[in-house]
Amino acid sequence: MSRADVLVSADWAEQNLNAPGVVFVEVDEDTTAYDGGHLPGAVKLDWKTELQDQVRRDFVNKEQFEALLSSKGIGSDDTVILYGGNNNWFAAYAYWYFKLYGHQNVKLLDGGRKKWELDGRELSKDVPERPQTQYTAKDQDTSIRAFRDEVLDAIGQKNLIDVRSPDEFAGRLLAPAHLPQEQSQRGGHIPTALNVPWSKAANEDGTFKSDEDLRKLYAEAGLDEGRDTIAYCRIGERSSHTWFALHELLGHPHVKNYDGSWTEYGSLVGVPIEKDV
Amino acid sequence: MCGAPAQTPTLPPGIDLSKETVIYGVVTDQDGAPVPSAYVRLLDSSGDFTAEVVTSATGDFRFFAAPGTWTLSVLHRTGAARKAVHALEAGLVEAPLILE
Repeated sequence: MSRADVLVSADWAEQNLNAPGVVFVEVDEDTTAYDGGHLPGAVKLDWKTELQDQVRRDFVNKEQFEALLSSKGIGSDDTVILYGGNNNWFAAYAYWYFKLYGHQNVKLLDGGRKKWELDGRELSKDVPERPQTQYTAKDQDTSIRAFRDEVLDAIGQKNLIDVRSPDEFAGRLLAPAHLPQEQSQRGGHIPTALNVPWSKAANEDGTFKSDEDLRKLYAEAGLDEGRDTIAYCRIGERSSHTWFALHELLGHPHVKNYDGSWTEYGSLVGVPIEKDV
Repeated sequence: MCGAPAQTPTLPPGIDLSKETVIYGVVTDQDGAPVPSAYVRLLDSSGDFTAEVVTSATGDFRFFAAPGTWTLSVLHRTGAARKAVHALEAGLVEAPLILE
């Protein structure tokens, strides 16, 4: 696995907007961003209404995922290029989600929407019409998805990386500061977790730091490369960004994303929590 | 902004300003025109990233922070700016930003 297998540059994207077998997909927290202008030809995925089950807290199942991608005109063999706002948080989440369902050819646009806009590149309001496909997904690859019992068992045993901001880690904030703070869960972090905010893996224009800088970042934070790793944040999107850095860019073999993250852990009765630092 | 009425941010329903510390403002250019699609970051007292928003069509941004010392950093293809913000207690804290 090398950087070129999992990331594309804005220049590459601009030259391949109409390339056959390549589908650009925008995934945002602010799902109206797409409507105001997107990469020409890109389709939209709504992480909240399309990638989440609308009743239970879980992902859509394999059949629902197949129906969703078929309706978007995405084929199982297409190269999917994901991008979005928030420095690619939700695009990284979708990347991990596509991998969970076994999509082979998926890449992130380095820097996402932010770099594209800062570069002053073209945005379009036209919504493309793609013919329906027969998408086939694989069963969930749970070697990259962590659940709560596994997280509890990992305390003191595996690398736990809390990728939220220092204020969230210390329990002073309960959500990233673009969201209201009043939440039902308790504040703090999972005991023994390292705090390596996702933002340290990215440059200010939203692109990923170099492999060398990333290796240094996690080594200095005390990540033990001999142990398995579980990354978490508040709802699992920022930790997908760090999962991408560790698993896809640095090639660490055993890294899971805990998508339940703090909104689940911080609501569990009786589990250990640490506050402050 | 001389003589202009005080700007107030648009808040989601149900926000309790006795509990939320809202840092908000408008990003403008040197001529005072609002700048949409600027990237505004909120950094904590150690300079670490806390959140980022994109300004609205009217140049507005808004954060839900906590009392303390913060830094705002804005990036746009036409310029950038940085400003320290002190929030003494919960409530509204206005922090306009002018691109340099």
